[in-house]
Amino acid sequence: MSDQIHLTIDGRAVTAAPGTLVINAAKAVGIEVPSFCYYDGLTLQAACRMCLVEVEKTPKLQVGCTLPVAEGMVVHTDSPQVHEARRGTLEFLLTNHPLDCPVCDKGGECELQDMTFRYGMGESRFLEQKQHIDEQQWSPVVFYDKPRCILCYRCVRICDEGMGVKALGVGNRGSVSVIEPNHFDHLECDECGMCIDICPVGALTSGTYRYKTRPWEMKHVGTICTHCSDGCKTTLGVRNNEIIRGNNRDRSGLNGEFLCIKGRYAADFVNSPERLQSPMIRRHGKFEPVSWSQALAAAAQKLNEVKARAGRFAVIGSNHTSNEENYYLQKFARQALGTNNIDHHRTGDVATLLDALSGHKEALATTADVYDRKAILVISSDLSQQHPFLAFQVRANFRHHAAHVYTVTPGPVREKDLAVQSVVTTPGNELKDVESLREQLAKEPELVILFGDAIKGEAVRKLVAFGDSLGIPVKYVCLVDYSNSRGASDMGLSPDAGPGYQAVNVPGLAYDEILAAGNLDVVWVVGANPLKHASLASQNALVIVQDLFMTETAARADILFPAASAYEKHGTVTNVCGEVQRLKGGVQVMGAKPDLEILGLLSKEMGVNLGIWSADKVFEEIRQNVHGYNIPLPVLATGGAVQTAPVNGHVPVSSRPELIQSARDTLFTSGTLGRYSKKLNSTLEAPGALYAERP
Amino acid sequence: MLYNEPSPLEVKILTKRFGLENSESLDTYLATDGYKAFLKAIEMTPEQIIEEVKVSALRGRGGAGFPTGLKWSFVPRTSPKPKYIIINADESEPGTCKDRLLMENDPHQLIEGILIAGRAVDSHKGYIYIRGEYRYLIEAMDRAIAEAYSRGYLGKNIQKTGFDFDLYTHTGAGAYECGEETALLDSIEGKRGVPRMKPPFPAVVGAWQSPTLLNNVETFSAIPAIIRDGGAAFAALGPPKNGGTRLVCLSGHINKPGVYELPTGFNLLRMIYEVGGGMRNGKKLKCVVPGGSSCPVLKADECDIAMDFDSLAKVKSMLGSGGTVILDEETCMVKFAQRIMKFYQHESCGWCIPCREGTTWLKRMLDRFHSGGGIKSDIPLIGELSKNMLGRTFCALGDAAAMPTISIVEKFPEDFEAHLNGKPCPYQHASELAMA
Repeated sequence: MSDQIHLTIDGRAVTAAPGTLVINAAKAVGIEVPSFCYYDGLTLQAACRMCLVEVEKTPKLQVGCTLPVAEGMVVHTDSPQVHEARRGTLEFLLTNHPLDCPVCDKGGECELQDMTFRYGMGESRFLEQKQHIDEQQWSPVVFYDKPRCILCYRCVRICDEGMGVKALGVGNRGSVSVIEPNHFDHLECDECGMCIDICPVGALTSGTYRYKTRPWEMKHVGTICTHCSDGCKTTLGVRNNEIIRGNNRDRSGLNGEFLCIKGRYAADFVNSPERLQSPMIRRHGKFEPVSWSQALAAAAQKLNEVKARAGRFAVIGSNHTSNEENYYLQKFARQALGTNNIDHHRTGDVATLLDALSGHKEALATTADVYDRKAILVISSDLSQQHPFLAFQVRANFRHHAAHVYTVTPGPVREKDLAVQSVVTTPGNELKDVESLREQLAKEPELVILFGDAIKGEAVRKLVAFGDSLGIPVKYVCLVDYSNSRGASDMGLSPDAGPGYQAVNVPGLAYDEILAAGNLDVVWVVGANPLKHASLASQNALVIVQDLFMTETAARADILFPAASAYEKHGTVTNVCGEVQRLKGGVQVMGAKPDLEILGLLSKEMGVNLGIWSADKVFEEIRQNVHGYNIPLPVLATGGAVQTAPVNGHVPVSSRPELIQSARDTLFTSGTLGRYSKKLNSTLEAPGALYAERP
Repeated sequence: MLYNEPSPLEVKILTKRFGLENSESLDTYLATDGYKAFLKAIEMTPEQIIEEVKVSALRGRGGAGFPTGLKWSFVPRTSPKPKYIIINADESEPGTCKDRLLMENDPHQLIEGILIAGRAVDSHKGYIYIRGEYRYLIEAMDRAIAEAYSRGYLGKNIQKTGFDFDLYTHTGAGAYECGEETALLDSIEGKRGVPRMKPPFPAVVGAWQSPTLLNNVETFSAIPAIIRDGGAAFAALGPPKNGGTRLVCLSGHINKPGVYELPTGFNLLRMIYEVGGGMRNGKKLKCVVPGGSSCPVLKADECDIAMDFDSLAKVKSMLGSGGTVILDEETCMVKFAQRIMKFYQHESCGWCIPCREGTTWLKRMLDRFHSGGGIKSDIPLIGELSKNMLGRTFCALGDAAAMPTISIVEKFPEDFEAHLNGKPCPYQHASELAMA
C-alpha cells in the first residue's frame, strides 16, 4: 500500500501505518523494545528512557515510545550503544530499589525483574545508602511501597485517563518524588485496582493478595466475572482451592486490562464461612442437614406427587446461573413439570428491544462498538457505577477517537465530564429529553444508544423509532444488571417466551404473580432471592431453594440445596451486549454442586429424561434450539466472545413491563453476592449511591 | 540599584540607563529614547520586524543561543488561536544574575521589547514568569507595568496606534526546572512543573495549547535597541552570527565581580584581568565556568578564548546564560563538582529516571568522596554515570548536571586522586565556594 511507511528495524524491512510509534512497529515484527512508562492506550510519557533506540543519521539515541516511524528510517534496537543505555537506566533504577524480590508480591511477574534479567548488569556499583520510606495503606484495596516505585506514572494515568477518577497524583520532586493520593492520605475512588495491576513493579499491591503467595504457586483460571452484566474476563489466581485474586494483566478477553473491584477482589464470597455446604430439609420448623441422596429423593418424591395430582408449580430462576442451567431449568419446568409459571428478576426490557428491532440489521451493539463508534448516547444509567466496563469503553472511545458522548440521566454521572451534552432528566421524561438532542444526534455519522430500565415497554419502541428517524446507523444496548441476566432472558426463563423467545401457548404466572398466588403447591427458586422484600402468599407451598447462602428465600425453604457459584463451574454466560463467553471453574467448595448437576440429579431421581446434564451437551442443545446461539465453538473454547445473532421476527414481549426493574446496584454492591463479599463491604465508599457527585 | 562599578570596557546598549537617577521610571525611559522603537515597529510590517531581528544576529540569552529572529518566524501568526508571549525571568542558573538587573533598573526596556515582539507575532497578551526567589522583582515589575498602563503604553489602543497588549507577572515557586521553557508552560498553566514532550514546540503549541513565543529577559531587552538603531548596528558589535552585547555575570575569585555588558566574543582572559580586576589575593587562575554551572569548565590554559557561542562550542563548552565563574588555584574541584551536583540533584524534577536517579547517586558519591570515603574505582565511575545521563534524559537538566561533572573529572583527575585513601581535602577554602 502506498500510504504505508517503510523502514528498517534491526536489518528487517518493516512496513507500518503513518503515525505508528517505533516501539509498536518493532513489536509488530517481534522485536522487543523494552519500556516501563509506555502503556498502550495511555498518554505518552517518555519518562523511563528504557526504550531508547539508535536511529541512523541522528546523533543522540531516540525515544522509541514517542518517535513516529518515518520513510527510510533505519533503527537499531540491538546495538552496543542501545544495550549500554538500557544497562545504565536499569542501574539507575535499582539504586534506590530495595531489591526485596524474595518477599515482593510482584516477584516472578515483575517487569523490572524481567528487564534486569535480560538487559541489566550482573553486579551493583552503588555503594551509597538507599532511601527508604515506609509503606502506606491508602484504602482497603491499595497499598503503596515507595522504595519499589520506579515512577512510570502508569497508575496516575490509568486512574485519570482510563477511569476518570483522578485519585492519584505525584508529590515532591526529584528522587523523593512519590505517587500519592490526591485526597489527603487515602483514596476515595472506585477501588478498581487498575493502578495495582498496571504497576510494572511491586510498588502498588492489593489488600487481598499481598504476602499471600508467589505467582507461580497459583493456578490461573481465566473465566468470566460473575457480578455485573458486562462480562469481563477475569483470571482467577487460585491457591489451595482459594481464589486469591482476579486480574486481567494479559489483556485477554473483551475487557482488555479493565476490571473493577468486583472482578478483581469480590470473589471472596466463594470462601465465605456462610456458604451452604450441605443439603437441608426442614423438619418441625428447623433445618436439618441431610445427605444429597436424601434431599434429592425428598424433592423428587414431592415433585412427582404434586405432578401426579396435577398440582401447581412455579419456578423462579437466576440472573447468575449459566445459560445451560437456565435452559435446563426451563426445560425442567416446561417438560417435566408442565408449567409456564417460570420467571426471573428482569432488569432490562431485552425482549421488547429485540421485537422492536425486528427487520433491522446490525442494530445490536457489542462492547467493542461502545469503544469505536463515533457517538454514544447513555440514557438513565449511571454507567460508571452500574456498568463500569462500558463506562471504561466510553472513556477510551472519547480519549482515542474523540467520540461524542451524550447523557440523559436522572442525576450527575461521571460521563458528563466528557459529554458534548449532558441532560438531567426526571423519571418519565427520558424520551422527551432525548428528543431535545435530536438535531445534534442527527448530525452524527453513527450512534450507539445504551439505555437503562427506565426505558421499557412502549418506551423502547419509541426509542427505536427515534433512532430510525435520525437517518444514521444506530445500535442499541439494553442495559441489564447481572452476569447472565441476558442469558436468563434468552434461555426462556419467562412465563410468555421459551428459549430464543419462542411464544408459549399459555403464558404462565409472572414473577410477582408467583409470589402473590395463594394456591401454589411447589415454589422452586434457583439462585434468586425473591423473598428479600416480599413474602410468599402460598403459605402451604413446598419451597425448594438452590442457593449459595442462607438468604431470606433460603430461610423459607423446605428443601435446600447448596449450590456452586459461577467460579466453581463450567458453562456459558451472555453479557449485556449479547456476547457469549465461557465460564471455567477454578475452585470447589465442599458440599456444593453446580445447579445444572442438581437439576440433572433431580430429573434422574424423578425418573424423567431431560438429557445429559453436562454443560457441553446442554450447550450443544442450546446451539440447535435457541435462536442466535448457533455460534462457532472454537471461538468460545479459546476464550473468545461471540455475539448472538439477533432474533429476526417478532418475539413475545412481557405484558407487564412494570416488572422490569434494575436492582440499582452500585460499584460496591452486587445483589446477594455483594452481601457476602468482605472486600466490597470494607471499602469506604460502600454501599455508594447512583447519580452522586463525587469529589 | 546597581551592585558594582561599571567598567570602561563596557559597551552599554542594554544597560545604558543603568545608574541614571530613577532609571526604572517611565519618565527617565521616555527621556532616553524610550518607546521610540515601539512606535517605529508599529509602522513596520511583522515581516520587517522579524527580518530586522534576524539581521541583528541576536541569539537567545537564556542559554541555548537559538537565533531569536528564526524563533519568532516559527510562530504561526495567522493561527486563529490567541498567541502568547512569555518572558522567561526564571533566572536560576548558578552564576547568572543579569535578568534581575534588567528588570530592576530598566523594566520599560523589557516592556517595550515585549510590545515589539507582540507586534511581530500578532500577540496581545504576555506573561512575565519571574523566578520564585526574585519575589521583590514582582513588585518592581508590577510598578513598571502599572505605570505603563496609566500612561497608555500597555492596555487598549497603545499610544493611539490601535495595538492592544496586556502584560502580567507570574511568579514561579522556586523550581530551577521551571526555567526550561516547556516546564515553565506547565507551571504557568498551574500544573506540576515538568517538561513537555517536543515536538510540538511552544511556538506552535505552547501555553494553553496556543502558539507561544518564549524568550529570555535579556533577549527581549535587546529588541528596542535593534529596532531603533537597526539590526545591522547590533550585529556589528559582535562576531558573525553572534550579534550584540552580552551581560556577563563575573563572579568567583576575582577582585571586581559584577555584571558587565560586553560585546559578544570578548576575550575571556581580558574579562578576568581587565574587566574583573584580576585574581583575588594574587592567586593563580585554575578554572573557569564560562556560562553558568551547566557548562563544561575550562582549564586555565583554555581561557584565551573569545566568549561567543561558536568559539566555546569548539572547545566543547557553552556560552550558556552568561554566568562566568572564576576559580583560583585553591579551589577543590571535587568539592566544586559536589556542589554543582548538589544543586542539580536538588533541582531535578524527578520526571525521568536517568536524571532523577543519576544526580542523586552522583551527589551522594561526591559527598562521600570529598569527605574521605572515596575509592579508586569511584573516579571513573563518576564519569561513566555522568555519561549514562548525558543525552538520555527527557530535558537538558540531566545534560546540565553531566557536562560539568565529566569535564571536571577529565580535566582535574589529580584533585580526585588527592582525596583517596581517607586523606583530608588538601585545599584550604574548599568550603567557601564561589557558588553557595
